[in-house]
Amino acid sequence: MSAHLKQDEPDTRNVLDGMEQGIIGQPLARPDGLAKVTGTAPYAAEYPVADCLEGVLVTAPFTRGEITAIDKASVLSMPGVVAVIDDERLTARAAQGTAGEAPEQPAREVGYFGQPIALVVAQSFEQARDAAKHLTFDYRADDLDDVPLDPETAGAEPQDGATRQGDLAQAMSAAAHSVDVTYTTEGHNSAAMEPHAAIAQWDGTKLTVHASLQMLNYNIAELADALGLQEEQVRLISRYVGGGFGSKLGISEETVAASIAAMELERPVRVVLSRQQVFQTIMRRSETKQRLRLSADKDGHLTGFGHEARVSQLPGETFAEPVLQSSEFLYAGENRLLQLEVARIHRMTAGSVRAPGEAVGMPALESAMDMLAQQVGIDPVELRLRNIPERHPSEGLPYSSRKLAECLEQGAKAFGWDSGARQPRQHRDGEWWIGTGMASAARVHNVAEARARVTLKPDGTALVETDMTDIGTGTYSIVGQVAGEMLGLPMDQVLVELGDTEFPRGPGSGGSWGASSIGSAVFVACEELRAKLASKAGVSTDELKLKDGGVVGGATLVELLDGEELSFEGHYEPGDIADDYTASGYGAFFAQVRVNRFTGETRVDRMLGAFGFGRVLNAKTARSQCLGGIVWSIGTALTESLLFDPVDGHVVNCDLAEYHVPVHRDVPDLEVIMVEERDPAASPIQAKGIGELGMCGGAAAIGNAIYNACGARVLSFPMTPDKVIAAMPD
Amino acid sequence: MKPFDFQRADRLEHAAQLCADEGTRAIAGGTNLIDLMKLQVETPQTLVDIHRLPLGRIDDTDDGGLRIGALATNTATAVHERVRREYPLLARAILAGASQQLRNKATTGGNLCQRTRCYYFTNIDQPCNKREPGSGCGALKGVARLHAVLGTSDECIATYPGDMAVAMAALGAVVEIADAKGHTRNVPVRDFHCLPGDTPWRDNVLEDGEIITAVILPPPVAGRQLYRKVRERSSYAFAMVSVAAIVALEDGRFTRADLAFGGLAHKPWQDPRLSALLLGKEPSAKLFDEAADVLLDGAQSYGENAYKIPLARRTLTAVLAEATGMEL
Ligand SMILES: Cc1cc2nc3c(=O)[nH]c(=O)nc-3n(C[C@H](O)[C@H](O)[C@H](O)COP(=O)(O)OP(=O)(O)OC[C@H]3O[C@@H](n4cnc5c(N)ncnc54)[C@H](O)[C@@H]3O)c2cc1C
Ligand code: SF4
Repeated sequence: MSAHLKQDEPDTRNVLDGMEQGIIGQPLARPDGLAKVTGTAPYAAEYPVADCLEGVLVTAPFTRGEITAIDKASVLSMPGVVAVIDDERLTARAAQGTAGEAPEQPAREVGYFGQPIALVVAQSFEQARDAAKHLTFDYRADDLDDVPLDPETAGAEPQDGATRQGDLAQAMSAAAHSVDVTYTTEGHNSAAMEPHAAIAQWDGTKLTVHASLQMLNYNIAELADALGLQEEQVRLISRYVGGGFGSKLGISEETVAASIAAMELERPVRVVLSRQQVFQTIMRRSETKQRLRLSADKDGHLTGFGHEARVSQLPGETFAEPVLQSSEFLYAGENRLLQLEVARIHRMTAGSVRAPGEAVGMPALESAMDMLAQQVGIDPVELRLRNIPERHPSEGLPYSSRKLAECLEQGAKAFGWDSGARQPRQHRDGEWWIGTGMASAARVHNVAEARARVTLKPDGTALVETDMTDIGTGTYSIVGQVAGEMLGLPMDQVLVELGDTEFPRGPGSGGSWGASSIGSAVFVACEELRAKLASKAGVSTDELKLKDGGVVGGATLVELLDGEELSFEGHYEPGDIADDYTASGYGAFFAQVRVNRFTGETRVDRMLGAFGFGRVLNAKTARSQCLGGIVWSIGTALTESLLFDPVDGHVVNCDLAEYHVPVHRDVPDLEVIMVEERDPAASPIQAKGIGELGMCGGAAAIGNAIYNACGARVLSFPMTPDKVIAAMPD
Repeated sequence: MKPFDFQRADRLEHAAQLCADEGTRAIAGGTNLIDLMKLQVETPQTLVDIHRLPLGRIDDTDDGGLRIGALATNTATAVHERVRREYPLLARAILAGASQQLRNKATTGGNLCQRTRCYYFTNIDQPCNKREPGSGCGALKGVARLHAVLGTSDECIATYPGDMAVAMAALGAVVEIADAKGHTRNVPVRDFHCLPGDTPWRDNVLEDGEIITAVILPPPVAGRQLYRKVRERSSYAFAMVSVAAIVALEDGRFTRADLAFGGLAHKPWQDPRLSALLLGKEPSAKLFDEAADVLLDGAQSYGENAYKIPLARRTLTAVLAEATGMEL
């Protein structure tokens, strides 16, 4: 049986708050935690599959052109080599998130340096890797003079959908205070611990692939389309994913290659990307160049708001880093100009990396806001508070629920923010200047269609099944908690099965929409189950109080079910409520940093984030998401940057030794405040997205603190020592 | 990774004999060599495991110095009581490098011989004169962020990336090297690594068939010992610039100023003109500036690494100020 909800109206019933079990929101430990820390949770490449061949991708040593011939014989006689796969269906790029169709094919047409072009399959991984380096092929490479590589000089097209309102130039020239500044940010890699991997098995009619993927519901369509199969012929399994951060939203080259090889060779084939290949072939976050123009009256009320950004992308891709997303609605300013443009260059595909858009757009905006506060001469917290608009400044929509002011105020208080006059270089500790900075956080709220089956077993336990993934975020926990809360079951009575396309289709993990979407599907199913149980118990649904496996003061579930199994597939659809409200998560970051006056090295002393993102489903996993986001903020602010060769566009720092994510020592004690909130327009469980908000602006709090510490206004992220000393006044 | 033979040497001569073949490499901790083999940058025919050789000890020398065996791990050296007490510069330099896990495996000999982190050297789809003589230098027109500003050549602008050897150079340590015939020779650390010149494939003076057996530290000297490593993240990153310093003052004047620099050249960089300038003088901001002028007078940058010139100046100033207790 199925139950369906299309949310067109806010759900103000707050059903979950009326339940008895008392586990929703609790900081419960992950049910999958023990398996993960003991190494018994199998990741994609770890499934024991008998008789499995190993494949290694061969990559193009040139930037743009075509593979004209592959000499398979050059490696077929090498020890252990079984086959060279150069099938037309091999994919050249990863699929963009939610594409639902095959990415660019065939692989022999090369659009970026390091693009996979073929697969070598051998008995052992080492044999395959050696042979992959020895495969010879002919190619025609375009003259590099004709291949645009530099986003700065490549031609750019404006994106549709610019916001133009009033006259920004006029507002700027008439303003009491104005800021006109250009920030740059660098490319990022998701740098998930688990590299992209797949084991494909073909039984003659059906393809089963253990892969490391975030969105099986889309991935199955992408893979089927790439291979020319029907979706019914494909089964994808991703029970555990060792980090995704956007890089596994769409299927990538290894999954397609392993599948083709398994079908052709009629044996299981495993393909795991090397760390270098992850950097070379998987989505990057685009570098950006952003011009911010802010004009304000003498009290700091915004009169004009301009945010123009250039991002880059391979030809043929539609995704453009949505840098302006939250700038559209975060602050007031009657005269508005928001415009995105895309430069077409031949670096690897640009795509979603955690918090696409806000991850780099918010740091630039919040840095410019800091400069404005300095000009107006008011506390930067106050500047933000003064510019919280009544309604969406260009669309006129109301906000669904917004805790920005609370986050700013509670965060400032907990941090011990000094709201007095702000001057750089007021505090020194030996060689180190010490300063503080803050920034707002915003990340649009997304939800997606989701299905989950909830089954009450005659023994009184519940089973939840969906192809939704847990990419380390805590989906196993929160799905169990929603079901347990609704059905009156402790966590150990709810079994959650995820990551298998044989189950009802979930929303996938991405865009911070996972928890609220799949949680809503589970909720919808549970409402129906509760209705059934209520009628069995002879009470109205509203009166039904369930706790610890039974009706409070009444029959147990086992008794009520009386040998029957009850099962509902919950189907949640977002509906058109998004047309009526502007929904977003909000927050505020506060940071204290120290900057070495000689070397320009910056270390974060302490950092705090206060966030409002609707109902918290599990306080521990939610907090972990915030902590992770803040760590990414530190990386964005200080260390992370993809470096591209100016001659052929290849990424040069393609491992974790040279692509610098923060290490433990870079991450001080972090404090997270989660502001109590229910957002009835966001989802029927009143929850919004959490996974990305923690990095949407945090880098600016650090950059602003660098300025406050030492007077260096660095206009480029990451703020590495070389840039800090270049900007440091004498 | 290319298939290879694996041999275990029980005696030093045996190891040296095996290593005399071109295409044979000694393997110690393997933390550098195996990474490079996976990338097909190093493609030895044969690996010679030298762990059975008795080279793991750290012993006092007769003259009061310290002999650190080639197979002593970086961790063992850094925690050795005399190293911590009498050669704190060395302990600090080692602890500033890599990670605890790597240091547990990494050895004295391997650390001295670790290869450059140049992005073009480690990518076999790119030109590199060090890896493939005559193929060109990818870094010259490419991303030279890690690269050298002193002692470079048109053929190669790579750096020696390590920390330990920078401290050893400042300490005046000597590398003890044995060959297959049982002969040993001693080479000061400062002369062990080569400048790229027109033989960029040559990292150091080791000949085929030579094995490092130890590094010998001279008796400890009086003075403050500092190791300062500048980097954007606070651990697990190679130096942008590093400075090793042993500094002593008497009557307010320099009586010792042994300095060595990492991140600037194809070897731990030492410039005898520096101590000549500093000795006998009173520390001052002006003097430190003059010292930086001397250090950097031949410096040349290659795009992305231009920052190293001002950064080296500032770091040297910071180290001299700290070592002399000056407030600048
Ligand atoms: C991620 C990462 C970060 C790092 N960060 C730093 C850092 O910040 N600072 C730093 O200094 N280092 C750093 N390192 C490098 C590390 O210190 C070296 O890898 C290590 O010291 C090498 O020692 P090993 O014993 O493992 O050498 P191996 O890998 O075994 O050998 C390296 C080379 O030395 C040769 N060799 C070894 N022993 C002898 C001998 N006795 N005689 C002759 N030749 C010999 C081998 O043939 C080989 O060519 C880092 C390494 C990694 C992987
Ligand atoms: S700098 Fe040296 S190591 Fe780097 S590419 Fe040039 S020759 Fe090779």
